[in-house]
Amino acid sequence: MAYIPHTDEERRAMLAAIGVGRMEDLYEAVPAEVRFPDLDLPEAISEMEILQELQDLSEANLDTRHFASFLGAGAYNHFIPSAVDAILRRAEFYTAYTPYQPEISQGTLQAIFEYQSLICNLTGMEVSNASHYDGATALAEAVILALNHHRGARRKIVLSPAIHPHARQVVRTYMQGMEIEVVGGDRLENDSRALAGLIDDQTAMVAVQYPDFFGRVEDFTALGRAAHAAGALLCVSVNPLPLGLLKPPSAFDADVVVGEGQTLGIPLSFGGPYLGHFTTKKEFVRKMAGRLVGETLDSRGQRGFVLTLSTREQHIKREKATSNICTNVALMALASAVYLSVMGKQGVRRVAELCYHKAHYAAEKIGALPEYRIWNTGPFFHEFVVACPIPVAAINTALLDYQILGGYDLGQDYPELKNHMLLAVTEMNSREEIDALAAALAEVGHA
Amino acid sequence: MEFPADLKYTQSDEWVRLEGKVATLGITDFAQDQLSDIVFVEVVAGVGTALQKGKAVASVESVKAASEVYTPAGGKVIEVNEALSATPELVNSDPYGKAWMVKLELSDPAEVGGLMDAGAYRKHCEERSH
Repeated sequence: MAYIPHTDEERRAMLAAIGVGRMEDLYEAVPAEVRFPDLDLPEAISEMEILQELQDLSEANLDTRHFASFLGAGAYNHFIPSAVDAILRRAEFYTAYTPYQPEISQGTLQAIFEYQSLICNLTGMEVSNASHYDGATALAEAVILALNHHRGARRKIVLSPAIHPHARQVVRTYMQGMEIEVVGGDRLENDSRALAGLIDDQTAMVAVQYPDFFGRVEDFTALGRAAHAAGALLCVSVNPLPLGLLKPPSAFDADVVVGEGQTLGIPLSFGGPYLGHFTTKKEFVRKMAGRLVGETLDSRGQRGFVLTLSTREQHIKREKATSNICTNVALMALASAVYLSVMGKQGVRRVAELCYHKAHYAAEKIGALPEYRIWNTGPFFHEFVVACPIPVAAINTALLDYQILGGYDLGQDYPELKNHMLLAVTEMNSREEIDALAAALAEVGHA
Repeated sequence: MEFPADLKYTQSDEWVRLEGKVATLGITDFAQDQLSDIVFVEVVAGVGTALQKGKAVASVESVKAASEVYTPAGGKVIEVNEALSATPELVNSDPYGKAWMVKLELSDPAEVGGLMDAGAYRKHCEERSH
């Protein structure tokens, strides 16, 4: 077989078949003056030179290798064991496209199956799909599930204001034009009790985050009960990493558990690709978007893997589909599966403990500074809010001189939290870094 | 292919058995054959709900397609077949018997009168299966 797909001979044959003389004639509809515009590009340079240029460019970034980072707010700087990349970069995984003839790709199916099993273990839920693009998409899909569970009869969704603001925005985008009422998220003071008060017989789902956007850890058992009493579903959006330490969301009788899985072995990489995990109870499995891999026995009694629930939106439900997402982020799901396997149950717990203790050490140091006040009052995991004496943007700019990436400016999303900074501490932050942060904040706060 | 003579049939392949004011509803042998292996049945009309003619009573999913089952006459749901959610394959093995889907107390049993009889429905199927 010729390696070149289109020979001159074949091109001539194709052009003749459609009655066109030359390839250029195909572009005749494009005005001549814009057909082949002069591009204002620099002179060509050698590979050696371009690599140097790219290197210089990338070094202009303030990255976590050169700066102590206390920035979280949904994307966290965690250690990633080398085994994760070593396995991801195997060409069998790295270059494989979505398995349209799935059962021939047993390795891919097994990887997804292992991922699903691990996510179910962490969340305590019964079934997991093969993943979504990111945590925000997964949350929006949970809302879609709830609306379909009620077959459109209930048109109200209650969202906690402590769900990541970006995720709430994605939900609103999804709901546009669907005449769905999304309530609760716009008032910071809407705590669990207030959210329970918003639930009525029109409510399809109540969604909360755990730990929430402000790092707080709360028991949602009562809220779950209130939701179920009204016939609504409870969705909990979780960072899966702290579940090595915390009570799983299944303990709140959550119906759907979703969230951002970047914390499980996926680098920050400018915001993506990330991993949306999605788990639910068995009774809702037919309403779940995406695909689900199952384990079975073949005709010879050997273990094998199948697409138990296939990309039903495409192949089965078509115009009756309730979601237009069939795809998943298989490589990121694999990264998290390798991460969890390498770390093990104890390892994940240890990382969570380190995050927790270091964050509490940081909160103690910063809380002792006269100019600053810790806003959180109840339990928190590895993020907390600090009330600052001057605007957060000014503090963050000043911190750069100390080789520190400061926290998230909450005033951007919550007007009530002007001059409030959300700080994240992970196992990657040394005690020296935390002490340096506190010392820098003290100096910056005087200014 | 079976076409029981005591039933009435719709263009969209539902069957109806009328006993007094009570209509029992399911999908036909032809429908199950076209859908192939049924893997999921969800009766969406709850007991006590009033349904207008043409409303969905159930959702059926096979390995090939998903389809809705509609009531050809208005009425109140008095019973649903709970067994189908656990044993959807009954639709393949016994479409006119154990795989009945809902029972409705019709507001106007005469609405069923306009449906096809077994002979007309057989013809309707034959026209589509060449």
